[in-house]
Amino acid sequence: MARTLHVEKLHVGYGRRTVIESLDLPAIAGGEVTALVGPNAAGKTTLLRALAGLNPARGSVRLDDIELTALSIAGHARHVTYMPQALPQRVALTVFEATLSALMSAREDILPAAEARAKALATLERLGIADLAMRGLDELSGGQRQLASLAQSIVREPAVLLLDEPTSALDIHHQIRVMQFVEELARERGIIVIIVLHDIAQAARFARRIVVLQNGRIAADGAPEVAVTPPMLAQVYKVEARVERCSRGMLQIMVDRPLES
Amino acid sequence: MTDAAATPAPLAAYARLIRRRVAIVAGLGVVMVVALLFDIATGPSNLPVGEVIAGLLHPSTLSAPARVIIWEVRLPYALMAVLVGAALALAGAEMQTILNNPLASPFTLGVSSAASFGAALALVLGLAIPGLPAGWNLPALAFVFAFGSVLMLQALASLRGTGVETLVLFGIAMVFTFNALVALVQFVASQEALQQLVFWSMGSLARATWEKLAGLAFVLALTAPFSLAASWKMTALRLGEDRARSFGIAVARLRFLSLLRVSLLAATSVAFVGTIGFIGLVAPHIARLLVGEDHRFFLPASLLCGAAIMSLASVASKILVPGTLLPVGIVTALIGVPFFIALIFSRRERL
Repeated sequence: MARTLHVEKLHVGYGRRTVIESLDLPAIAGGEVTALVGPNAAGKTTLLRALAGLNPARGSVRLDDIELTALSIAGHARHVTYMPQALPQRVALTVFEATLSALMSAREDILPAAEARAKALATLERLGIADLAMRGLDELSGGQRQLASLAQSIVREPAVLLLDEPTSALDIHHQIRVMQFVEELARERGIIVIIVLHDIAQAARFARRIVVLQNGRIAADGAPEVAVTPPMLAQVYKVEARVERCSRGMLQIMVDRPLES
Repeated sequence: MTDAAATPAPLAAYARLIRRRVAIVAGLGVVMVVALLFDIATGPSNLPVGEVIAGLLHPSTLSAPARVIIWEVRLPYALMAVLVGAALALAGAEMQTILNNPLASPFTLGVSSAASFGAALALVLGLAIPGLPAGWNLPALAFVFAFGSVLMLQALASLRGTGVETLVLFGIAMVFTFNALVALVQFVASQEALQQLVFWSMGSLARATWEKLAGLAFVLALTAPFSLAASWKMTALRLGEDRARSFGIAVARLRFLSLLRVSLLAATSVAFVGTIGFIGLVAPHIARLLVGEDHRFFLPASLLCGAAIMSLASVASKILVPGTLLPVGIVTALIGVPFFIALIFSRRERL
């Protein structure tokens, strides 16, 4: 059954600096991908971290009937998993161990059950990196490490999956593979996927809904063809651009020139 | 169908890896026991090895002087070496993980400086805790300051937020403060007290007694199970603080409890034998090279490495200058520095 996430009157800040003020996001549906886009310093990561329970926030984040902001960090993690953009450096763990630790750190037992090991392996297989299972994280390329990081998120089978630029280190082939995979996963499990992307064209291609942030406020929100428009690109990104459908019906964004700000 | 066909290749490989690590940890245990026996058998009085082993198994067969040498001198010293090595290495391994810094050691945040200040107060100013036996006053004061410094550090860090950088910065402030205070006490100290203080800070196993051994063994037995119980959480912390928190780990609490264990271990060690450097830094590095950072293996391997190295350092402290028992703190540093430099070079190659 598809779940729904409601965000109401969310305030997020660091110390006295408010980044997001009274933000409402009506009903984010499960079973599809929602993309969060916006220029640098728009507050994308801050919002995502707040939804993950990593940044202190006021207001309401509700998953169906569950008020997430009222939960402990362990309780929160039972529903929500966040994949940070930064990848760990100099870690003497294999891909398989890292995936297993994502499962085991919430449990009390020291020995991973056969079921946990099987689940970790199945996750790596789905992502197509089972052959890297016994390789050290440090030996991997940036893209492979990003896939390993994604595996750590997915193996926990969250109801809400939050991804911060999960494709930034990937080549075009793997970008599309990962986005397709995430879309499939959302559909199959009915989970909510919110994904921060830099590439608006990619967002338009894979997301059913695009939320455009600017200075901590929502500048546009809706289906790709509703949210991504030349006036929005001019106002938010300060570029003159055309948005057209290509011969295969996909939304394409062509940037002509930067506008004077 | 055979087992190999039933088990997918990565799972079989993982099972092999686990078996290999269990074997490595067991091997380290054997090395430690051999080093311990070697340590007990070494000493200026040239007792034959056979007699030493027989004397350990059947104390009644020994002559009175040999019994004193083995049971009151060598055995306590040798066991103290093992326990101190184990305690400092386990503390170092946890410290490197919670500070996310391979150069951290149990003393990074000022535990040993604070202990030195406690010792200085006892030796120079004659400060005494009422009601304690004479031999326990100095270790008790050293412990109180070492442990107190960590509690203060934690209090400061929780006022400012619990980030690692904050903790390290406050730790550095702590190191300088206590070093300055020690220097101040040294400045007003008498010649004799100054000499005692310098000797104390060198770190020596000659202060071992059965009571102190029991104390350190108790602290180790108290903390190690909690370390092991937290091992998956510590492993996940290696993937990054945000990552660990999104797995549901209360990182601030994990870090505080770990720091508490580290300070108990380090403060007790320093209080009983003085400052012994490099074990807490180098042993976790060796363990990491041997078994990786799955903390179920990394923590025990660090502990055993530390115990074995310390035991070997104890042997070296007896045979480097024949007839003289060098303070073991000097020897560990001398052995530790070249090793450490070699490690830095080998790291650079990989970066």
